[in-house]
Amino acid sequence: MRVAPGTEAAQAAYPYYMHFAPEDDERFWFYNCMHFPEPMHVFDMVTAEAAYCALGSSNTRVHCLPTTLGIDYRIINGRVYIGGNAVTDPDEIARRTEEFQKRAFYYYEHWERLYDEWKDKMRALIKEAQELPPLALPEFEPLENVHAAKGIASNHYLLDIYQKTLEGYFRMWHHHFEMLLLGYGAYMVFFDFCKKAFPEITDQTIARMVAGFEAEIFQPDEEIKRLARCAVELGLDEEFRDGVSAEEILASLADQGEAGKEWRDELETSRDPWFNVNVGDGFYHYHRSWNDDLTLPFSALPGYIAKIKAGENLERPVAQLQAERQKLIDGYRDLLATEEERGAYDQMITLACRVFPYVEGHKFYCEHWYTNLFFNKIREYGALLADNGLLADAEDIFHLSRYEVEQAIIDVMTSWSNGSPTRGGARFRAMIAERKKAIKTWAALDTPPALGPVPDIIDDPAIVMLWGITRENLDVWLSGPADADGKEIRGFAASNGVVEGTARVIKSVQEIGRLQDGDILVCQVTNPTWAPVFHKISAAVSDIGGSMSHAAIVAREYGLPAVVGTGQATARIKDGQRIRVDGARGVVTLLG
Amino acid sequence: MGRGASSLCSGKARRFVESTETIAWFADIGLEDRPSVGGKGGSLGELTKADIDVPPGFVLRTGAFEKFIRALDAEEPLRAPVEALDPDDLDNVGVVTGTIRNRVLQAAMPSDVGDEVRIAYAALCADAPNAPVAVRSSATTEDAADASFAGLQDTYLWVIGVDEVLNMVRSCWASLYSVESVCYRRKHGFPEKDVAMAVVVQRMIDARTAGVMFTRSPTTGDRSVVTIEGAWGLGSAVVSGEVTPDRWVVAKLTEEITVRDISDKHIRQVPKDGGGIEHVDLPEDLRRAPSLSDQELITLKAIGQRAEKHYGRAQDIEWAVENGTGEIYLLQSRPETVWSAKEEAPVAKPQSDPMKHVMNIFGGRR
Repeated sequence: MRVAPGTEAAQAAYPYYMHFAPEDDERFWFYNCMHFPEPMHVFDMVTAEAAYCALGSSNTRVHCLPTTLGIDYRIINGRVYIGGNAVTDPDEIARRTEEFQKRAFYYYEHWERLYDEWKDKMRALIKEAQELPPLALPEFEPLENVHAAKGIASNHYLLDIYQKTLEGYFRMWHHHFEMLLLGYGAYMVFFDFCKKAFPEITDQTIARMVAGFEAEIFQPDEEIKRLARCAVELGLDEEFRDGVSAEEILASLADQGEAGKEWRDELETSRDPWFNVNVGDGFYHYHRSWNDDLTLPFSALPGYIAKIKAGENLERPVAQLQAERQKLIDGYRDLLATEEERGAYDQMITLACRVFPYVEGHKFYCEHWYTNLFFNKIREYGALLADNGLLADAEDIFHLSRYEVEQAIIDVMTSWSNGSPTRGGARFRAMIAERKKAIKTWAALDTPPALGPVPDIIDDPAIVMLWGITRENLDVWLSGPADADGKEIRGFAASNGVVEGTARVIKSVQEIGRLQDGDILVCQVTNPTWAPVFHKISAAVSDIGGSMSHAAIVAREYGLPAVVGTGQATARIKDGQRIRVDGARGVVTLLG
Repeated sequence: MGRGASSLCSGKARRFVESTETIAWFADIGLEDRPSVGGKGGSLGELTKADIDVPPGFVLRTGAFEKFIRALDAEEPLRAPVEALDPDDLDNVGVVTGTIRNRVLQAAMPSDVGDEVRIAYAALCADAPNAPVAVRSSATTEDAADASFAGLQDTYLWVIGVDEVLNMVRSCWASLYSVESVCYRRKHGFPEKDVAMAVVVQRMIDARTAGVMFTRSPTTGDRSVVTIEGAWGLGSAVVSGEVTPDRWVVAKLTEEITVRDISDKHIRQVPKDGGGIEHVDLPEDLRRAPSLSDQELITLKAIGQRAEKHYGRAQDIEWAVENGTGEIYLLQSRPETVWSAKEEAPVAKPQSDPMKHVMNIFGGRR
């Protein structure tokens, strides 16, 4: 694979430790389209480096996973490739196993307490980030600072706050991986057991047996329903109509006296913290949160309001879901052959259900809440750099690497100190123009799913757990369409049901507004914060994700057929085409 | 098709006249009656008791066969010459058994047996005189042995009229004197006086769709799914392998239909005018159409589970969906033998500490 001609300078903007080197040709790499489905802005690669740094620390040094170390990553043409580091020497595995049991078992044993403490740590971290002061460069240092003999001028804090912003973000990822692999591992143990005991059980049935119902990630959608109910109760439902923007609605509510004010207060209650969900998975600065862009939550309100007025109950039937889950757990238990197997099953399901709230719940704190604070702080710097003549537009900051941003900040600090203009404007504008062009070039290229020699087996637990990559599904990816007439696309059966309808191929979240009632959503990856569009669509198809992906979880909640992890749906399905989605078999059929 | 769109009522409700020493109605018997009603008869009785719909019918008990053979043996010895046969002398076995089969087919039915069959048949077909029935041999040997006991599986479909029924009863009995049956008995040294056979006489289902069902996956042994195979017309086409059936897998707990293999079904077996069955080509639009609806699959699955629960073990089942009414009947249910016979290592054993299970993932032993 070569850097696309004309984009060499943009490629060079990524830090050197992310570039492929000749010796990398010997290794197997696969495209991490699950987390990075679009070409990466230079700044956004901070998400990759912070995440892999923390994931590797946890695997290699903290919990000492016996058979795997961290994940190496490289970037080319804006695409992130990753490769595992398996431990194969039996003596080394034995040595690491001993360490692992002293560490991981402590976490399992104290899981509930540690998860409670984890939430406290995350809230403290979030508070720290929220309390970082706003960026300020007054003309003269405030008098009180001088009289307090502070001794340090305001420009210094630009660098200080930037470094703290980055430091907090890296720290967040350490917490993200503090318990994640252990959580997935306990789930995988139960998953493997079910697959052996019941060879024909579907992945989604196993997932339903461990699914939690209190997870934070369902709450944002619940808040929209709550606001819809408030609107009806306050007699404001007429204000919420399709095609009216959030700003227009809020403006008209301002004329609605006490009721309007009451609804706006309820909105504020929901926003903190529940609108801190972004419309992606936390790896792109342009996956804005509901708080930053009320379009998504507000576009869901008219639909929910109509359902409430029609007498429909929008409450999640938590008790019913729990009863169904218990029925499945008991039912499969009864089907086991011996009391011995039932004993092992009880142990595994108990452990899986204990750890699963973390697996489902951590994302809200990390990929959503904290990540939004982080990117928004960087946006403040974007505005600062633009005000000081370094950028044409505040958002352009994401076309600079985090090191270049630091240089630009020092340029601003120096300019303020010296009373001279900043020096980098022309230079940065040229670089940014080049990089914008490169992203467009890269987005149009085909991305090979894997590079280098394909190994005979892939049993690295981290790769299997986090990416769902096994030798079998890799073969499917690499071989492309397997069906004779090219009319079928196969993926994971994520949620049961068969639906025929019009495909709406949504390549980025900005296009979400194109979805019409009854459309079948076809996208690279969905996220639970897309939940409000799920009440509009009739089925979902994604390129990426396994039966535990959030798209799959939400689809099951909404009872919509879903096929995920197809690898190629957005490439092969045309917008507007008629397709059939069979969520039980994991097959999408092209009809028109 | 288009014969008799009215439903047969369930076997349970159909005890038309009292059971006797010669005739046993399904509702009066169970597996414990196997020595006198055979495996098939006992199983149909058992299903009837479990409140599962089977086409109504009765069993001509083994006593009738004994009475018949005793009379024939008194006329001219029959058992002694069979017992004297050398199973390796196939030519001689062929000659001797041929003569005996002819005698069985042509001998008069003991008058009391004939009368009882006529009364029972009339009661069975009271709502539809000369309604078609199936006449099926019902062996008293263990099921596992049945398979190798060639000749004991005779089933005559779409039999019309009591004289023809009595002929088919004799045909079932005669099958005990096939070359294969006799050689099998001689090789194992089974005494002829213990040879016995019951015969099932049962109303015939004019099947729109029929097939088999396994309450444990025949391919993987999975206990959590029911595998259903079916094709248009009578089930005999599926059982004999003349048609590649549609195949579905239904999860017992979630009722998800996880496999749907719809095959190209080129023919179906249907009743022939005047009795018996024939093959007819299927019209193009039916060949690749699923022969069961989702709702029928779910209903069938539930019936399979009831049979499994009643017997306390996995079952291999034959079923039919009645033409016109869509009613589902079971024609047979017997224990699954392949997977049940396997010694299986447990998938996992309890650990002293539950968290040790995670070493299966993290310890590199996957």
